[in-house]
Amino acid sequence: MYDMKALYQAQSVSDAVALRQTHPEAHIIAGGSDVLVQMREGKRAGVELISIYGLDELRGVSLEEDGTIRIGSLTSFSHITRDPIIQQYINVLGEAVDQVGGPQIRNIGTIGGNTCNGVTSADSASTLHAYDAIVELTGPDGVRRQPISEFYIRAGKVDIREGELQTAILIPKESYADTFGHYIKYAMRNAMDIATLGTSVNVRLSADKKTVERVRVAFGVAGPVPLRAKTAEALAAGKPVSMELTEAFSQAVKEDINPRDSWRAAKDFRLHIAVESARRAFIESVKLAGGEL
Amino acid sequence: MEKHVMQYQTVHFNLNGRAVERTVDVRASLTDMLRNDFRITSVKKGCEVGECGACNVLIDGEAFNSCIYLAVWAEGKRIRTLEGLLGPNGELSDIQQAFVDEAAIQCGFCTPGFILTAVEILESGREYTDAELRKLLSGHLCRCTGYENILRAVKKTMYRRLGKTVD
Amino acid sequence: MSKSVGKSVTRVDAYEKAAGRAKYMDDLCDRSALVAKICHSTIAHGYVKSIDVTAAEAVPGVVRVLTCFDVPQIPFPTAGHPWSTDPHHQDVADRLLLNRHIRYYGDEVAVVIAEDEVSAAQGIRALRVEYEELPFVLDVQKAMEDGAPQLHGKYPHNILAHTDIRRGDYEAARKEPGLIKVEGWYDTPTVQHCHIENHGCFAYEEAGRVVVVTSTQIPHIIRRVVGQALGIPWGKVRIVKPYIGGGFGNKQDALYEPLCAWCSTQVGGRLVKLECSREETFVSNRVRHAIRTHIISYVRPDGTLVARKFEAFSNQGAYASHGHGIVAKGMGAFPQLYPCDNLECDSWTVFTNRPSAGAMRGYGIPQAMFAGESHIDDICKAIGMTPLAFRRKNLMPVGYVDGFSKNELYTDTFNQCMEKGMAAIDYCRKFEEYQNQTGPVRKGIGLAVFWYNTAVWPISLESSSCRMVLNQDGSLQFQTGETEIGQGCDTAYSQMVADAVGVPLSDVHVVSTQDTDVTPFGTGAYASRQTYIGGFSIMQTAVALRERILNIAHEQTRMPVGNLDLVDGQIVHKSDGRVLKSLGDLATESLYSLEHSQHITAETTAQIKSNAYSFGCSFAEVEVDIPMCKVKLLNIINVHDCGTLINPALAEAQVHGGMSMAIGYGLSEELKFDEKTGKPLNNNLLDYKLSTFMDHPALQAAFVENPEPTSPYGTKALGEPPACSPAPAIRNAILQATGVAIDCCPITPHVLYRQFKEAGLIKD
Repeated sequence: MYDMKALYQAQSVSDAVALRQTHPEAHIIAGGSDVLVQMREGKRAGVELISIYGLDELRGVSLEEDGTIRIGSLTSFSHITRDPIIQQYINVLGEAVDQVGGPQIRNIGTIGGNTCNGVTSADSASTLHAYDAIVELTGPDGVRRQPISEFYIRAGKVDIREGELQTAILIPKESYADTFGHYIKYAMRNAMDIATLGTSVNVRLSADKKTVERVRVAFGVAGPVPLRAKTAEALAAGKPVSMELTEAFSQAVKEDINPRDSWRAAKDFRLHIAVESARRAFIESVKLAGGEL
Repeated sequence: MEKHVMQYQTVHFNLNGRAVERTVDVRASLTDMLRNDFRITSVKKGCEVGECGACNVLIDGEAFNSCIYLAVWAEGKRIRTLEGLLGPNGELSDIQQAFVDEAAIQCGFCTPGFILTAVEILESGREYTDAELRKLLSGHLCRCTGYENILRAVKKTMYRRLGKTVD
Repeated sequence: MSKSVGKSVTRVDAYEKAAGRAKYMDDLCDRSALVAKICHSTIAHGYVKSIDVTAAEAVPGVVRVLTCFDVPQIPFPTAGHPWSTDPHHQDVADRLLLNRHIRYYGDEVAVVIAEDEVSAAQGIRALRVEYEELPFVLDVQKAMEDGAPQLHGKYPHNILAHTDIRRGDYEAARKEPGLIKVEGWYDTPTVQHCHIENHGCFAYEEAGRVVVVTSTQIPHIIRRVVGQALGIPWGKVRIVKPYIGGGFGNKQDALYEPLCAWCSTQVGGRLVKLECSREETFVSNRVRHAIRTHIISYVRPDGTLVARKFEAFSNQGAYASHGHGIVAKGMGAFPQLYPCDNLECDSWTVFTNRPSAGAMRGYGIPQAMFAGESHIDDICKAIGMTPLAFRRKNLMPVGYVDGFSKNELYTDTFNQCMEKGMAAIDYCRKFEEYQNQTGPVRKGIGLAVFWYNTAVWPISLESSSCRMVLNQDGSLQFQTGETEIGQGCDTAYSQMVADAVGVPLSDVHVVSTQDTDVTPFGTGAYASRQTYIGGFSIMQTAVALRERILNIAHEQTRMPVGNLDLVDGQIVHKSDGRVLKSLGDLATESLYSLEHSQHITAETTAQIKSNAYSFGCSFAEVEVDIPMCKVKLLNIINVHDCGTLINPALAEAQVHGGMSMAIGYGLSEELKFDEKTGKPLNNNLLDYKLSTFMDHPALQAAFVENPEPTSPYGTKALGEPPACSPAPAIRNAILQATGVAIDCCPITPHVLYRQFKEAGLIKD
């Protein structure tokens, strides 16, 4: 039994927006794998909840006319991993969310919840950053779209305004076309764990596979929010594929990341793992793209 | 302290093949409803935060930890628990029998949850490698068996259902 | 006669558990129960100055708020040991039901009893507790320093106990020229049992007595402790133990049974349920003792051990619980496993402001084997001898007899176990192949043996009782005070009973539930004692029952008793095996006889004044990814000599579970505390890294069966031994792979990063 003050079950997105306006103090609950746990801990005890879990219109992955991949915010991790569109165009995202918790968590957990709770360790977040995902929010004034890097304000805080709810994650075609990516979740065990560090790399190689046209690398738990290592990205762009480049690229990630010391892991350890993970994820991405190293 | 306004809701769903309805406190988890209102003893409480898998049930064919699932979300769903696997005369299903035969049961507390995830795996009709099976079963913690005999039970049942020889 | 012992028969409780019908504590609790929740301290050391209960009492649904100012001032012990009538051997009575003197972060200060769990939780949050804080100490050696915070008045420097062993002359012997000195410190962590069913219980009053239904390993001991804690005659307490979702030693302690019983008495005997959350289970039940061990060995170049020093510092945490018994058992293994003429051994058990340490699978031996077996491989590295050759030379020889326990090594168990393990894992070839590797990813293979002894004699009482009741149809029920907690004793016992009485297994019904009103006395599940100890009382009771049966058979058939036998449920002529009548016919006639009606039962108590060594080994093969600071366990095997196997399939399963626990011990599990506040940091199943399905390779278990001469069934300890040697085997495999001698477990990536940097394998 959860200590909640009231539960409002939204019947549609517009109903959810209306409930948000009527009950501004209420918390949104999607799959509940974070919200309910925090209620039990006492952190959110006694709050009002707006449940959007029943909104099937927010489930599923589709390809829009301009090639944008649209992921409904309530799409569960397991459904993202199994989705043919994801597998064809942005398989690394499916692989990343396939490492969240365990199977039952991947059945209840949603990509919307994973991004809206604003935690840096979210397994989807680094890949979404590495693909410059767009967050779609629906509110009283209609739809608002925002780059994911701006959506995260600080640890645990995202830019959801009064009356709004997140309705989709969008990946523009320009961002994912001809890219190949690899995600490394560094954790203390192989299942049921949160990332000590999450590293997502994707590359686009030249037609002859000899040159890095574009590379993106993003980390979770390398700062208070997920972040890109743009110095490393700039360093590698346009350079010939080589082990020297791999080394330089992976060392350069240290320029932009700022992990902290915590009981879960020390800063110097996280920095060390970040460099090694960047190196391995880069190599794997290049290989997936058909390059040779 | 803010007072909770008592809220009840009638939930209609299918439990182990039977249409049921119950009026429940909206604060109840699915674990609460199944254990308290239906006296389903196979749904166990081990952590109540979705980490151990002891409360696992199948909802529309997928495995969920019922401890972090609101009872009211069951509306319209098809929910299966271990009790639903038994035959009309109490016969164990093949996967339950395999857990018995492979000595995959010790204290028995994690057993129902594991078996239901195994059902989801088996009903996919696919053949999995050991590594894939380990991953598919990784949402359950067991402290007695080291998982070894559980893997054997699931694997043997998978092969049998696929009509393949069991090693 | 069809023999049941030795066969892999199906567990007697398998159907109930596979069908989800087996009833555990909460399944039996009526839904009308009041719910009790505990308010735990948010400081690690100090005093409760006051508790304002006004707001809590005003929460709708709250029935009663009880605080540390309300409880009886009767200190009681909690350890699940047999009681001793000698005051010097009694467990330390340092507990109250709720505490004003706070000794760890999470200590019990108040309890709220409410109509439902939400009201109880709201009541807890509404309590206003005012503390007077004192400095606290978490580290075992710091707690022994002058000026360290003192936890208990009676124990200067927080030392609960210190014991030693002296043999020969260590100081003189170590001066021998040409000796190589090997010295190491080995740290083991605070870990928790993590049975999947948390501890919980419910209590109510009936006919002027208090009844507690509880998830425990030791119902008869709990009865005594509840009586002591409440200050009531022990006969006024009734304990019922249903199916248990695992225990591993945590439930070999009085946990919240006394508090729950007292709560019921404070609300007019109403039904009160007290269930631990997972978070409480981690902190406010029991943990394994973290032990820091210091070993110095002086060795000749040929591998002869000349002089050895052993010091162990055992972190007891806040309350005495099982106390010094744990580290003392570990120290006791040291002179026996590798006999050496000149020894100085000391061990200390020390209070700190951590959760109370109690019994946990292995009872000090996993710690001692991690230190001792790691040290052996450090010696091997120092003198250039292989781990196998050193062990063959120095391990306890056949014929060794321990002066205290009178245990004897009857057979060449260690070599037999090692041979079997080596063959299965291809040890010698891999050992050669993995020598002197370079590169970022390397493999290694490691070996560790273990020492274990069965049961608790001669330190404590060993006794067990058994009752057998023959039904009219010739089937029988039997009961013992020893408990099924998942390990399978109900099944093993049923097999023993079938053979000893002479009936088919299908005619044997075990009464799985212990109810202290009706179950004969036994102390319960611990010390890997039950199969060994229970075997005595089962055999003795079966003999008594058979005697009654055969006497009645004599009455009914007029054949001389000496020519009668009971085989497979049939009364037969010994001379020609002819069946005279079935046991069912005999029992029916006996019970309903108008001339001489008898209900055929037998009950005996066996006191056991023997003990048995149980030995074996582990081999582990690892792959170490040096830049990623990760160890992948590739292969692992345990080999055990636990005597004759009663049920090979269940024995194998038991070994798997112990190995799994030990893999976590070696690589990932550790309960952590905030140095600034003493607060536990990871007391949940997400942050505490117990092995998942994906953290193991296939687990292999093998056995060497040398029948134990002191046991009527040739059996000895198996419950705990599997958890004793895998961690040092893994550690030693990492040593072979990398040359880095890890000084602690769990060997997490953090530890590897630190030690690889120190060794120059990682350069940032």
